[in-house]
Amino acid sequence: MFNSFIDQFWTLTFSGIALGFIYVLIALGYTLVYGVLRMINFANSEIFMYGTFATVVVTRDLFNYSQQSDPETGAKLWLVLLVCLIASMLTSGLVAVFVEFVAYRRQRAKGTNRLAPLISAIGISIVLSESMRLLTDSRPVGSPRVMEKSSLGNFFGANIRLDNVIIIIAGAVIYFALNTFVKRSRLGKGIRAVSMNEETATLMGVNLNGIISITFLFGGLMTGAASFFYTLKYENTGFNIGFSLGIAAFTAAVLGGIGNIKGAFYGGLVLGLLETYAASILGTQWKSVTVFVILVLVLYFRPNGILGEALQKTRA
Amino acid sequence: MFNLRDYGSNIWDNSGRLKRMLIVLVAIALAISAPFLGGTWLNTPIASYESVLVFPIAMYVLMALGLNIVIGKSGLLDLGYVAFFAIGAYTMGFLGTTTSLNTWEILPIGIGLAMLSGLILGIPALKLRGDYLAIITLGFGEIVRIVALNSSKTGGANGIQDIPTPPSIFGIYYSFDSHRYFYWTMLVLILVTIWMIRRLSIRRAGRAWESIRQDEDAAELMGVATFKYKIWAFVLGASVGGGAGVIYASKTLFISPDNFTLQVSITILACVVFGGMGNIWGVILGAIVLGYLPDRIRFISEARLLVFGLALVFMMNLRPDGILPRKKREKLLVVGDKK
Repeated sequence: MFNSFIDQFWTLTFSGIALGFIYVLIALGYTLVYGVLRMINFANSEIFMYGTFATVVVTRDLFNYSQQSDPETGAKLWLVLLVCLIASMLTSGLVAVFVEFVAYRRQRAKGTNRLAPLISAIGISIVLSESMRLLTDSRPVGSPRVMEKSSLGNFFGANIRLDNVIIIIAGAVIYFALNTFVKRSRLGKGIRAVSMNEETATLMGVNLNGIISITFLFGGLMTGAASFFYTLKYENTGFNIGFSLGIAAFTAAVLGGIGNIKGAFYGGLVLGLLETYAASILGTQWKSVTVFVILVLVLYFRPNGILGEALQKTRA
Repeated sequence: MFNLRDYGSNIWDNSGRLKRMLIVLVAIALAISAPFLGGTWLNTPIASYESVLVFPIAMYVLMALGLNIVIGKSGLLDLGYVAFFAIGAYTMGFLGTTTSLNTWEILPIGIGLAMLSGLILGIPALKLRGDYLAIITLGFGEIVRIVALNSSKTGGANGIQDIPTPPSIFGIYYSFDSHRYFYWTMLVLILVTIWMIRRLSIRRAGRAWESIRQDEDAAELMGVATFKYKIWAFVLGASVGGGAGVIYASKTLFISPDNFTLQVSITILACVVFGGMGNIWGVILGAIVLGYLPDRIRFISEARLLVFGLALVFMMNLRPDGILPRKKREKLLVVGDKK
């Protein structure tokens, strides 16, 4: 058990970082929404799931690849990957805006019952996953293999695979783009203002509903990017993949401090590594238990997360 | 707007002792005779009316009442209620097949174990705010299921077979298809639970829960031992779930981890919210509707969960407080003011 873990340490580390970046991006989806609304977007896992299907549809139906087709190389490969990434991001972003419109907007306006938006979010996530289940006949869907996962070489005996490299580099670029957007742009300023104080922001002329929609859109875009990377790495999807990934990513967000963009980054990477190590030492069936145990321990000892929540209080 | 709940409670408040007893007796009599009142026209495509009455209806009512203590009374969002149900059911399955204990002896053990696990989960979890609590409890529900799935003691994915039915009691002989007797057994548990909730609601614990639900900080400042009462709510809710689990296991004779998915937690939560959080009658109504309808509409079989999700969304948009919302206690408080 431990021997194989030590033998494969660097390979696991590398793959764990790639998985970590997937978590970082989904965790951003949770964190952005939480920062603004102080509510967990329970439908984020379904938003993720729709993104993976966007990639499958684009490669299979738009570019006519199948699981037997020859892997693509050169400029065409990068074009296909870019189109898939954009398709996934847009699909998830639009689904996220739809979720906000259907499940959160009216309840927020009424503002009476704190559980109501949560239940309607659970309801919409059932609707989303069930409609996908009906469309796919409850079967997992394999993604066409567009790219050969060639090895780029060895590093400390670790096998550096091309798909992991793409995920790490593109993930980091997207993360920093989002970070800059929230820090520098006018809309980002609006998002930060609303997450600091909704009422004051409204009084200062911030369009609250607009900003909340934008936040959901960007949360969805990040989640969508993650779903493209996921499909690239694991090459399959299904109507029910969202749940476990959603929980893991939420754990990552909490680990770093939910509502905090940097927190999502570190939390995602730490969780990706820990989960990969745990799967190697304890066996894959205990992977999700590890995630939950980490979540419970973090919340118990550091309820604000490692970096602290944007919001100062964890008890309202 | 016309409020059925307030209308009903006005009748209750304005009745004398005798009339109240009469109402209670009629209600209990109706509940007892429920197996004879329906007919084959109430059968669902997969089960007869009487068996539907036991599971899901009575089972959902019982669990929804238990969850109502946690969510409706004290406002703690628990998304892992199925864990307690599973612990009760696995206690019955494990002890029932490996020891000579019978259902009635296992029932208190199952309830006790569920309460203990509620305590173990509650102590770290209840220090947290609503959304975090929701995720932690959700994770706990999944941990219980995954442990059951991967442990050899619980039979792994195959579950536990040949769980014994309850031995005869008061001359009632239980068998797999004696739905009527199981229904009455469940009814006893339901009545005990209702009685417990009603007694607690008007006492210190009920007032503490109400204040925690409305404003936890204010309650704590007023000297309410919020943590203690939150734990109590959690443990009591867990006990009801555990009891339901024991009976469930000895009714179905076979349990596997598939019976204890997150979907159960969500369905029970939906019963509570759909009917009207915090109000016993609303919760019962919600559990009956949501227990019965999805089975009844099996003709749209594949899409029934879809319809269920849509119903939740519409319901929350149209009546965020449920069909029969709790009585507006706040109204009573302003009577003394100039209004």
